[in-house]
Amino acid sequence: MIKLFEKMGSPVVYGIRVFLDFMHLSLQAFFWIIFGPFRDKPLKHKTVFEQMVFMGIQSVLIVFFVMFFTGVVLAMQSAYQLSKLGGTIYVASLTAVSICRELGPVLTALVVAGRIGAAITAEIGSMQVNEQIEALETMAINPVRFLVAPKLLSLFVMLPCLTILGDVSGILGGYVIGVYNLGINKHLYIQTTFKYLMLKDVYTGLSKSFVFAIIIVLVGAYQGLKTRGGAVGVGKHTTISVVTSFILIIVADCIVTGIYYFQNM
Amino acid sequence: MAERPVAISVRNLVKTFDGRTVLDGVTLDIYQGETFVIMGGSGCGKSTLLRHMTGAIKPDAGQVYFQGKDLTLMTEEEKERIKRRFGMSFQSAALIDYMTVEENVSLPLREHTKLDPQIISIIVKMKLNLVGLQGYEHLMPSMLSGGMKKRVGLARAIAMDPEVVFYDEPTAGLDPIVSAVVDKLILDLNKKLLLTSVVVTHNMESVFRIANRVAMLHQGRVLEVGTPKEIKNSGNAIVQQFLKGEIEGPINIMENGHQGARVGKP
Repeated sequence: MIKLFEKMGSPVVYGIRVFLDFMHLSLQAFFWIIFGPFRDKPLKHKTVFEQMVFMGIQSVLIVFFVMFFTGVVLAMQSAYQLSKLGGTIYVASLTAVSICRELGPVLTALVVAGRIGAAITAEIGSMQVNEQIEALETMAINPVRFLVAPKLLSLFVMLPCLTILGDVSGILGGYVIGVYNLGINKHLYIQTTFKYLMLKDVYTGLSKSFVFAIIIVLVGAYQGLKTRGGAVGVGKHTTISVVTSFILIIVADCIVTGIYYFQNM
Repeated sequence: MAERPVAISVRNLVKTFDGRTVLDGVTLDIYQGETFVIMGGSGCGKSTLLRHMTGAIKPDAGQVYFQGKDLTLMTEEEKERIKRRFGMSFQSAALIDYMTVEENVSLPLREHTKLDPQIISIIVKMKLNLVGLQGYEHLMPSMLSGGMKKRVGLARAIAMDPEVVFYDEPTAGLDPIVSAVVDKLILDLNKKLLLTSVVVTHNMESVFRIANRVAMLHQGRVLEVGTPKEIKNSGNAIVQQFLKGEIEGPINIMENGHQGARVGKP
């Protein structure tokens, strides 16, 4: 039925088809993570660990630099405004809260989407065009269980960790400006930071990073599995994957923030 | 011949891609223990037919039977169980890039059996020995030549001791000597492991070296099935043009692309 409608050229129906395909992939990936061990097909620890190293440990440096300098910029920009009101001390709390609630999770996710999302699509996409995915299927190995589920579990664990690292790096960036440029006493800076930074600021931010991890892996894997047309196809789908992830991350951020906002959090 | 047990039976298989009919009512029987070659020009549907037999593609109409059970009606779980009895050698070898030769060959064993890693390692050595690649366990696929990759692909295809092995263009892109080596391997494996082999190729030398029976596919239909000798002596002009590789004849690629000739109009 869906095929028939698609032939009629309706972009809406095509969109529905893409959505259903995407949901099917998502359900399959979660199914294998949760029920794999009960069906005698648990994820391989070694693969998950390798993915965690690739996705998490090897992203530490880029996340640190991006978030550290974001903290620096944020502190400088807010000091410019707050100095007019005589409240430069609040640079500490403003930087910490903005980083933990918003910039930490979102910028970390965008950086990781650029690095990991692209890598997932390129890897699975080139496996697709080189018959390797078909080879797995012929060997009765489910490609979603074998390739996608370990990546999803790994980033689900590592992105919140990277986000915490990003939060700390951003606060450190703000600290450098606050203490060494604005001349705020370092103890006072730290005290002000933690006076206004609530635990819920951190965990609302972290809750976003779980959603972003799902988006990055599943969009990357979906585009990889849909790759056709050789090297050109791999390049095209990798671009689509990164662009789609960026857009969905911002949209999801808006939705999750909206949920917390309207719940008066 | 008719009394021999049938391994794979294809009945009136039809498949259309984007309005183009690739398989147009294909009917075939492949007997247990034989090497059955499907030959035909590029784009005639032979690889598509092979993928129907492995259960990778669902047909628009028709049936594929493996030992009497219809693959097209099976659930994914049933199909997975059947697939474990198949092996497939791909045109590009399709080795997993980031795994060593040993990891590639042992992949189906690690996924589908609970064998001890040491036993798996011994089985891998045996399979690599069968394809003449002992000692190459720790190399990555990128370090191998085209012929070696094909042989590793072959070792992986037979890792689970399958009943049927499918070969998609096993000698494509190989020099004549390596092609002959691969052909000999196919024959040896058939004898040693009592396999049923289904080979898709357009390499004529290979066809006559390895085939027990040959089917000529043209425009999605089976033009002729017979022993290599029968095919060689065929009166069909399309078959003769294909065997001799002549430009002039019922298949006129220069004028009509690959769809030049009409079936039944030799």
